[in-house]
Amino acid sequence: MDVADIIIKFVLVVIIFSISLLIALYSTYAERKVAAFFQDRLGPNRAGPFGIFQPFADGGKMFLKEEIIPANASAFLFIAGPSLSIFTACIGSAVIPWGQKLTIGTHVIDLQVADINVGVLYILGVVSLGVYGVMIGGWASNNKYSLLGAIRAASQNISYEISMGLSIIALLMVTGTLSLREIAEQQHGFWANGWFTWNFFRQPLGFLLFIVCAFAETNRTPFDLPECETELIGGYHTEYSSMKLGFYLFSEYINMFISGAVMSTLYFGGYNFPFMDLIHSPNLVAIIGVAALFAKIFFFIFFFMWVRWTIPRFRYDQLMDLGWKALIPLAIANIVITGIVITFLNR
Amino acid sequence: MSTFYFIAFLSIFFSILVITAKNPVHSILYLVLTFFTFTIHYILMNAQFLAVVNFIVYMGAILVLFLYTLMLINLNKESEPRKSSMVKFAAVIGGGCFLVTIVAALKAFKVSQPVILNDPNLGLVKNLGKILFNEYLLPFEVSSILLLSAMVGAVLLATKDPKTT
Repeated sequence: MDVADIIIKFVLVVIIFSISLLIALYSTYAERKVAAFFQDRLGPNRAGPFGIFQPFADGGKMFLKEEIIPANASAFLFIAGPSLSIFTACIGSAVIPWGQKLTIGTHVIDLQVADINVGVLYILGVVSLGVYGVMIGGWASNNKYSLLGAIRAASQNISYEISMGLSIIALLMVTGTLSLREIAEQQHGFWANGWFTWNFFRQPLGFLLFIVCAFAETNRTPFDLPECETELIGGYHTEYSSMKLGFYLFSEYINMFISGAVMSTLYFGGYNFPFMDLIHSPNLVAIIGVAALFAKIFFFIFFFMWVRWTIPRFRYDQLMDLGWKALIPLAIANIVITGIVITFLNR
Repeated sequence: MSTFYFIAFLSIFFSILVITAKNPVHSILYLVLTFFTFTIHYILMNAQFLAVVNFIVYMGAILVLFLYTLMLINLNKESEPRKSSMVKFAAVIGGGCFLVTIVAALKAFKVSQPVILNDPNLGLVKNLGKILFNEYLLPFEVSSILLLSAMVGAVLLATKDPKTT
């Protein structure tokens, strides 16, 4: 690995990092606009044309507000909570293949930060680490509502991680690899050998389970029990102010972006798009592929918002019943069915 | 090699903090860091699958449950059970005996030869899976049955008395 490669990787990391932050920033705006549309309102429209500077106004407000650390809180952990939350949200993007290889002059640029051969497991690991930020923050606040929020977050994440892992196992039986790059390559194009290439058409039930679990893992409505304001005031971030609160809210939007990217890569072909073989310039294919991936991600972010403003929040026992009594048995049945089908097709 | 010594130092440092921390929640958080250094050890040995599984299962699930339980029962100074001095004395004697045994056992060994793996890529998922399901299929299945019976046992213990529920 020479110096040029290291510089390219570094630039790639910076670009991906800023894109995720920018998308998270504008997701807050999009969320309010989508909510306004669903509720027949106008939404933010004062700061700039159509209110497009609203996220910057909100960000400035977050930075300039007074920083409060409660007297009885554990100060170090109180700061560590939101930091860990945003950190785990950001590192998930490292293994996602953003596009095919670009060739500029003699350099071949791999649009993926790290192609590790346990990419899917890395994503699961990052997801499971995400709950620590919420738990530590909720506990360190020394407030009973925050503590209840933290405990809810822990039990919810553990429960839904199991069905998420099981739904991924069925997918891995189809793909036969754990590398996200190889999974994306397998879904080349849109139609081959008399069937769709995208994994969604091989694992429809698996995708349904995965997206439900993704909602639970990102703490989005209808599963946002950890911050349920009707019962817990603000849940784990009740005591937080200024940018530490901002980090918690921000990490939720980054998580939405990353889980959209993961779902597109695993089930909807990643950077592949229909009729990509008709274009003969590889660089053009790569650039359109990146655009296609982002289009899919934006659709998933919209889907997250669509569900949030349509479906009311679950009750806590309903949440646990859904996780343990519906999703896990369905995921196990999905594994068994997938195994039987693969055995018969390989005869 | 220096990376190994640095990480090994961190593992021991954090595990000492686990047992010296006054607050049980801090103790668990140090345990999380200890397990994280174990993950780095696995990566240094090129055992990627083991590293990630250690990360997901221990750090991501088991320790979250530990933390969950501790937060739920909310241990503090007042609720901590007081040990009698007799028990403390016995614990010191027992621990000392254990230390002497370990030191004696280590002295009896020669400096161990480093194990050379025939295949340095053994820790990758594909190779590990092939070996587990070909050569070691029976032990693998038996250990999974052991885990299953532990799970069933836990459920049985939790619902032992139907009248109280």
